[in-house]
Amino acid sequence: ENADPQKTAFILRKQWTLYSVTPLYKFSSAHLKDYGRQLGAFIAAEKQKGLAVEVGVELGIKVAVSSLPDLRGSDQDHAAVLVQLSLKSSASRKKTEEKLVWSGWFCSVAGDDLSVNVLEDFTCLPLFLANGAESYTSLVGTWFQKTFDCCFRRLVISPLILTWMAALWTGYKVDKTSSAMELVFSVPCLPQPLDISYAIHTEDAKALWDAVQKTPGEITQEEVDVFMDCLYSHFHRHFKIHLSATKLVKVSTGIASAHCDGIIKFLQSQHLIRVLMLLTELAISQIQ
Amino acid sequence: HLAASLPLPAERDHLRPRIDLIVFIIDIKSKYSLKNVEASLAHVDASFFLGKVCFLVTGVGRVNNCSIEMNAIWKLRDTYCSPVLLCELESEKIQATTAQRLLRMLQICAGHVPGVSALTFGSLMRSSADD
Repeated sequence: ENADPQKTAFILRKQWTLYSVTPLYKFSSAHLKDYGRQLGAFIAAEKQKGLAVEVGVELGIKVAVSSLPDLRGSDQDHAAVLVQLSLKSSASRKKTEEKLVWSGWFCSVAGDDLSVNVLEDFTCLPLFLANGAESYTSLVGTWFQKTFDCCFRRLVISPLILTWMAALWTGYKVDKTSSAMELVFSVPCLPQPLDISYAIHTEDAKALWDAVQKTPGEITQEEVDVFMDCLYSHFHRHFKIHLSATKLVKVSTGIASAHCDGIIKFLQSQHLIRVLMLLTELAISQIQ
Repeated sequence: HLAASLPLPAERDHLRPRIDLIVFIIDIKSKYSLKNVEASLAHVDASFFLGKVCFLVTGVGRVNNCSIEMNAIWKLRDTYCSPVLLCELESEKIQATTAQRLLRMLQICAGHVPGVSALTFGSLMRSSADD
């Protein structure tokens, strides 16, 4: 269940923008190297059409497409696929340097809800995570959409789902406890935007959640509601502000931090697969 | 008459006309609005729940902003036997059509439509929603 920490190190502490991806038509893991070459050619062609490249320094983009067999829930899931874009530049006459400028990976953890309904020629990798310049994300996305007849959509995380993440992640056992869980709320209907940040000591949050949660391994909407209501009442007692009338936009715990615009940061590898499982589920429900 | 919550202030009871319809507005983006409605429901006389109460849920155009689970809304509908109208009040067009629907309901509840009482209308809405 736990992925090899060395292989997943690239995932941690980076900001990933989330997308849902519809099934890829006639995608084959045997052709990853070819895909890398084709994507590289596509990017080079697009760049020629666009702004002029810095003369002399930039030698182009190198594309690497690889498979990450450990990043999946079970054998039913397709192995994750990683795409990396590196900028080749000549540091000196003899050496060319390669700098990683963009990474994106497709994955599916417990994506049975989607794959079970899908025909043979389709590959289900409903979750896509991108780190790097939006212009590269757009180029890579366009190529995949054209080549495999799929559709990328930004994944939006509703405040309701964010409360689930807050409760769920508070419940996970961690080796090193981080200092605080932070919730950020955006206050609507004001002439100037106002954000409220509410930080709770991890031990207090865990104690509250343990008191609320009854059956181990099973979480109900009611339990999440009670957990959040306690946090809201506590805040109201001190500041006379009803957080429940505002919009929860960001949740940060020691496990991960998630923003409603569909941006996530993984902070530790211990529960990485479980978080990916939740994200896969969100991506699938956005597709369906 | 608009009120932020119930009960209405007692001092103005004698000045108030008869209440024919109570519309509870819930904003799907605000958990607080749901809690407020739940608390206000306790102050409503039981006779109103025979077709003179309805729930208006706004914000359904943007599911990505929801802070309330729809099951909570359906629970209200079932517990209080009152219809739920879904709308998006931020759209002017939908504002107008919703207002027309409510006006029609009000006419029935006030007894201005011969042959249709609030109770029969309520059960009609319920059975068509179940279909």
